[in-house]
Amino acid sequence: MTDRPKLQDMSRRDREPLIHLEPDDLKPLPAPLDDPARRHAWPPLSAQARGRYEAALDDTCAVSVPQPATPEEEQALVAKFLSGLDKLFTRENNWTFLQPLLLSMEHCAKCQTCSEACHIYEASGGNELYRPTFRSELVRRLYFKFVKHGGVLSAWQHGDIEVNWPLVSRLIELAYRCNLCRRCAQTCPIGADNGLVAHELRKLFSQEMGIAAKEIHDTGSMLQLKVGSSTGMSAEVVKDNIQFIDEETSEKTGLTVETPWDVEGADVLLIHNAGEILAWPENPGAFAVILNAAGISWTLSSALAGYDSINYGLWYDDAQFARVAIKHAEAAKKLKVKKIVLGECGHAHKALSVIADRVLTGDLNIPRESSMTLLRDIVMSGRLKLDPSRNDFPVTLHDPCNLVRLMGVVEPQREVVRAICPQFREMAPHGVDNYCCGGGSGFAIMSGHNFPDWRFQVSGRKKLEQILNAFSDCLDPSIPKYLCAPCSNCKGQFRDMLAYYGLWEENRILYGGLVELIVNAMTDVKPGFIEWEWH
Amino acid sequence: MTTLVYVVLVLSVVVFVAATVARAVMYARMPLHLRWELYPVPHEAPDRAAHGGSYFESLDWWTHTERYNLVGELKAMFAEMIFLKALREFNVALWYRSFPFHFGLYLLIATVVLVLGAAVATIVVPAAMAGALGPILSVAYRVTGIAGVTLALAGAAGLLHRRLTDEKLRPYTTPGDIFNLVWFLVAFGVLAAGYALRPAGAPPTPALVAGLLTWDTTLEIPGLLAVGLLLSALLAAYIPFTHMSHFVGKYFTYHAVRWDDAVNRRGGAIERTLAEYLTYKPTWAARHVKADGTRTWAEVATTNPTEGIRK
Repeated sequence: MTDRPKLQDMSRRDREPLIHLEPDDLKPLPAPLDDPARRHAWPPLSAQARGRYEAALDDTCAVSVPQPATPEEEQALVAKFLSGLDKLFTRENNWTFLQPLLLSMEHCAKCQTCSEACHIYEASGGNELYRPTFRSELVRRLYFKFVKHGGVLSAWQHGDIEVNWPLVSRLIELAYRCNLCRRCAQTCPIGADNGLVAHELRKLFSQEMGIAAKEIHDTGSMLQLKVGSSTGMSAEVVKDNIQFIDEETSEKTGLTVETPWDVEGADVLLIHNAGEILAWPENPGAFAVILNAAGISWTLSSALAGYDSINYGLWYDDAQFARVAIKHAEAAKKLKVKKIVLGECGHAHKALSVIADRVLTGDLNIPRESSMTLLRDIVMSGRLKLDPSRNDFPVTLHDPCNLVRLMGVVEPQREVVRAICPQFREMAPHGVDNYCCGGGSGFAIMSGHNFPDWRFQVSGRKKLEQILNAFSDCLDPSIPKYLCAPCSNCKGQFRDMLAYYGLWEENRILYGGLVELIVNAMTDVKPGFIEWEWH
Repeated sequence: MTTLVYVVLVLSVVVFVAATVARAVMYARMPLHLRWELYPVPHEAPDRAAHGGSYFESLDWWTHTERYNLVGELKAMFAEMIFLKALREFNVALWYRSFPFHFGLYLLIATVVLVLGAAVATIVVPAAMAGALGPILSVAYRVTGIAGVTLALAGAAGLLHRRLTDEKLRPYTTPGDIFNLVWFLVAFGVLAAGYALRPAGAPPTPALVAGLLTWDTTLEIPGLLAVGLLLSALLAAYIPFTHMSHFVGKYFTYHAVRWDDAVNRRGGAIERTLAEYLTYKPTWAARHVKADGTRTWAEVATTNPTEGIRK
């Protein structure tokens, strides 16, 4: 590890990264990844990337901001940053988060209680750069200096910082080294929120400077607003795909599976994360099996964004967030459904149920419900014939942060798993004290340069440790194991991370959703819905 | 000297109260933000609060009557305010320093209240004070005062030591942070010394406060005690202008952010509040936001920035 970076180092004008992590710096992993033979090499960021993009923070590059060509361009960018910083603290521009942001600016006691709660800080071996307060302290000093116009006395009280383009460009990257899981905020004795600070920084960069990770903006929220889904699927394409899934699921289950589209007056508008349709078709297929078997009146919508619950604006941009949330509500309003039910996608849950609650007004304020709750009701009411012995293999449950700590949906999915999985075991800790999968806040879909290595080696490391510990008694490859993750984003991270460490190949750890476990236990369904194959 | 002490004490109380109220009003008048709660939320139903659950765990939650578990919330508040529960749970090493400091301050506040009560009683019901009430109050404020100043001094010394020696804290410690803790140590140290070393025949503490209330400038306050009072009074006036005013901020971070799960109902108060915010005119400069300072949030939120872009 290089020397501990200081806050002032962020303004350093050289282009050398502030830190470099060696494998020995990282928190050791438990068996079987404690074996040196299974240690994974971490390719360095290419010289081309370092020469072209702003990558002077650490070993990777998430946002790919082009290096300014001239000092004048740098100055213009700094001026934009400062004007955006000012706007973060005005009610006209940021009524959405002004109060919590200001409270976090003015009352942090810098006690570092939050640090131990951060999985990224812990996984990095306690690297100063990833300390939750490192980023917040920089923003706090900028706030007192440039927003409050503090002078010498303020600098003496709150600390000083030099603002220049190197600082701003490093802050852009640093805003994308936090999963926004807010585990740190949960431990703060005063209630300061470093996750919020990272969120607001991302907003400033997006809403004022037009800078965001392309996967969440250009090919994320913008694509969703253009064609209806960040997957690029139009309504016609998604209908074709669902028809194919219905056919496949019918063949696999022995039941006739039909997914209803655009049914006016249905009780439930189900909105999947459209990524499921492409990457894990068994998930929407299983939903269709369960809802049909339970006699639920339900439908999908083919309206713009009505078939893709993702809302990446949640992570970086209030305007994009509100636009997508309104599209979701408009789809429900058009169909006159009684409620929207969100499929297995954590951030979509929080976005539409919690955050958008103060965006959707009037007839757009249509009740939103978690599929976990509906599934619990279906399973526990006895409407399905279930045989838990079909799920007689080790199962553990991942808690998506957005669903659990940030929305309070903790028990419904547990009740289901306890009822149908005889070998269920909890991770430690779990529930509202869970750890992020490491793919939260967009990381799971961000794959530029060597960023995936960073998220498997650093941001996903703590969760990896939890998974391995949960299965420590059955790591033998003869025992298939199931990591239940009722969230598309988390599943994306697990798919990539388990493959990266060879945990399917060598130890037979598979991942999947909750509905697959339910259908796998249904006695009306041909045995073997869960296929023990890598996907 | 006595007049100076009286003037500084009164002004400090006025400044402390005014600045604290102003800060609280500033936060209270801030716009209602988007929901940003963190679970567990203690005013949830007890069976849900136990595991950190929310009303979202109930099927058709919007059809159920909202129950506000006030007892649960008060219990959580009490544990947090009095015992600094979160700090004890997540940073016990710091709690051993911070808890005595804060509890010492609470005891000192109790001491001020008791002495004030004794002073008022001396003026209003002198007979009662000459009877049983006087000795009772005297013992009470001595116990709280001695315990309070001892704990506060020990805690402040512990916090200063940690801030100067812990490499996790040092990079984030400003001269102002050191100054604040040193001020506590000096002010309370001098105050304690002034009280302990007061000469024989010096007026008892309630008499000093009674002197302030009646503006009796003939009263002679021992020099060291007077300096201790001045330093402590100025410290109280200074606190609301610093992050140490977290006794105000914490109310809002908990009640208005972490625990704010209030539902926006159609036609309800929240919706009416939001209607005003949707008329605000943002000036964010990025092109995709489409905010030029003339368009409202409502217009921005219903604009599709991709319109006109070929599919």
